[in-house]
Amino acid sequence: MFRKPLLSIGALGAASFLVPSVAMADDAAQALFTANNIWMMLAAALVFIMHLGFAMVESGLTRAKNTTNILFKNTFIICSGILTYFIVGFNLMYPGDFSLGAFFGFAGFGLSAGFAEGANTAGYADGGYTYWTDFLFQAMFAATAATIISGAVAERIKLGSFMIFSLLFVSFIYPIAGSWKWGGGFLDQAGFYDFAGSTLVHSVGGWGALIGALVLGPRLGKYAKDGSVLPIPGSSMPLTTVGVFLLWLGWFGFNGGSVLSADPQLTSFVLVTTCLAAAAGGIGAMTAYTFVSTKPDLSMALNGILAGLVGITAGADVINPASAILVGFIAGMLVVGSVLFFDKIKVDDPVGAVSVHLVCGIWGTLAVGLFSTNPEHSLLIQAYGILCYALFTVTCAAAIFLTLKATIGLRVSPEEELEGLDLSEHGMHASTCPDPRASWKRTARDSAPGWRPANWPRARAKPLTNHQSPRAASRPR
Amino acid sequence: MKKIEAIIKPFKLDEAKEGLAKAGIQGLTVSEVKGFGRQKGHTELYRGAEYVVDFLPKLKLEVVVSDDQAEKVVLALQESCQTGKIGDGKIFVLPVEDAVRIRTGEHGDAAVDAG
Repeated sequence: MFRKPLLSIGALGAASFLVPSVAMADDAAQALFTANNIWMMLAAALVFIMHLGFAMVESGLTRAKNTTNILFKNTFIICSGILTYFIVGFNLMYPGDFSLGAFFGFAGFGLSAGFAEGANTAGYADGGYTYWTDFLFQAMFAATAATIISGAVAERIKLGSFMIFSLLFVSFIYPIAGSWKWGGGFLDQAGFYDFAGSTLVHSVGGWGALIGALVLGPRLGKYAKDGSVLPIPGSSMPLTTVGVFLLWLGWFGFNGGSVLSADPQLTSFVLVTTCLAAAAGGIGAMTAYTFVSTKPDLSMALNGILAGLVGITAGADVINPASAILVGFIAGMLVVGSVLFFDKIKVDDPVGAVSVHLVCGIWGTLAVGLFSTNPEHSLLIQAYGILCYALFTVTCAAAIFLTLKATIGLRVSPEEELEGLDLSEHGMHASTCPDPRASWKRTARDSAPGWRPANWPRARAKPLTNHQSPRAASRPR
Repeated sequence: MKKIEAIIKPFKLDEAKEGLAKAGIQGLTVSEVKGFGRQKGHTELYRGAEYVVDFLPKLKLEVVVSDDQAEKVVLALQESCQTGKIGDGKIFVLPVEDAVRIRTGEHGDAAVDAG
């Protein structure tokens, strides 16, 4: 709602200036409003696709025995994130008026609370989008912050504890923190700048991820007795690659939609800086990794792309293309050093979420102070904003994680962890042919006459009725 | 009769099969196995750290032939599967008490002979 001044005002003004008739000007304004709103709905759909990207990256970089579990967490987050954003999140993040200084405000429960007369006309957001589009776009963002945490705590956190944490995180921590800037709160008034969420989304999620990984401790078998790192390779590099490319695609909506209109000049500019930074991030990580090993690491290069994207997110509309390449490249270099650093200090982060989202989120936010074309942006204010978010998120995340640890427990038992969370938490495998011997057994039994699954009825209890087709009746039992 | 078991590098399978065919062998059983020998696995890399993979993928070939063919088969396998580098594998020769061709009920050499 109050995320930032809209540039489409200028476009609207120009349109009405050029056409002499008032009626025609109205038509033009309505057409522009429709076009803007379509782009914003498309952007919401693109941000939605990012959740599939996260799900693929996380399942690709973790072991096959935990795949169902990680996909379940991702499924729960998008579902619960959208619903809680409907119930409280949207009206916490965009309260209109703050009730506690400029730190906290709440407009009421549900979507009707913030709905005002004319909320779905061009007057709502200067012709950028409707109230409904506003909710949808912001709701897609909200779940992203919790998804970031899911990767860092993967392969060892109790499902129930994670669900409680992510519910609280998406319902309260993310929207309250978001209101400080995008809701018009005290950081917005202080001149802090975060275009699409390097800090508000990514480092907020990143802090949660760091605290989660710290409180949980490393996965069993990650460190040898002498403290050296024993890598736990991910199950699928193809899935990881699919995930990163989907995230890159989704980021066109994440940043492009954050223009909050389809302003031709600014939207295309943002897509260019976003894309350049992503490419430079990948190259940056590849370059940095040559100092570590003679053989290139795909997972690092992919992390580098994400690092570049997170890095440019804070300033995608105010950093010129050449600087965007530099911001992305440095983010890619940073992520490699950061992954190795966190491994060394025994913060076990299976997917590199802390390095990508926290470290590069901070870098991107500072980069606004360094490279912004807007002279009002300052490095000091950016650092102040980062500090405020760090204090708030770390305190809240630590409080929730430690409370959960002390009460219902945060971590599965060592036996469950070794067996895999797919079996211990869900009782099912992610893939139905776990080993070649099992698969030949199944095929042999499938083709054997008279074979049937153990729990199928031996014979039909009821005689066939008329509405059952002969085909269904003759299907082998 | 002898049973010849060979643990070979997986990419050598086609050459081994051709070598055996030239030696007059018509039947062969192949299974995917894992293991290590004197080189004790190998190292792999993941996100900046090295780790040792103890069990490397190999193929196990099993052929049962009459005593007089055994040497020829061993030689064919050794020639076709050799790269000269560590990890080429091993060939084992075991005595076999009897063999039965299920379809006909033939016993002994008659059950494994090509003819």
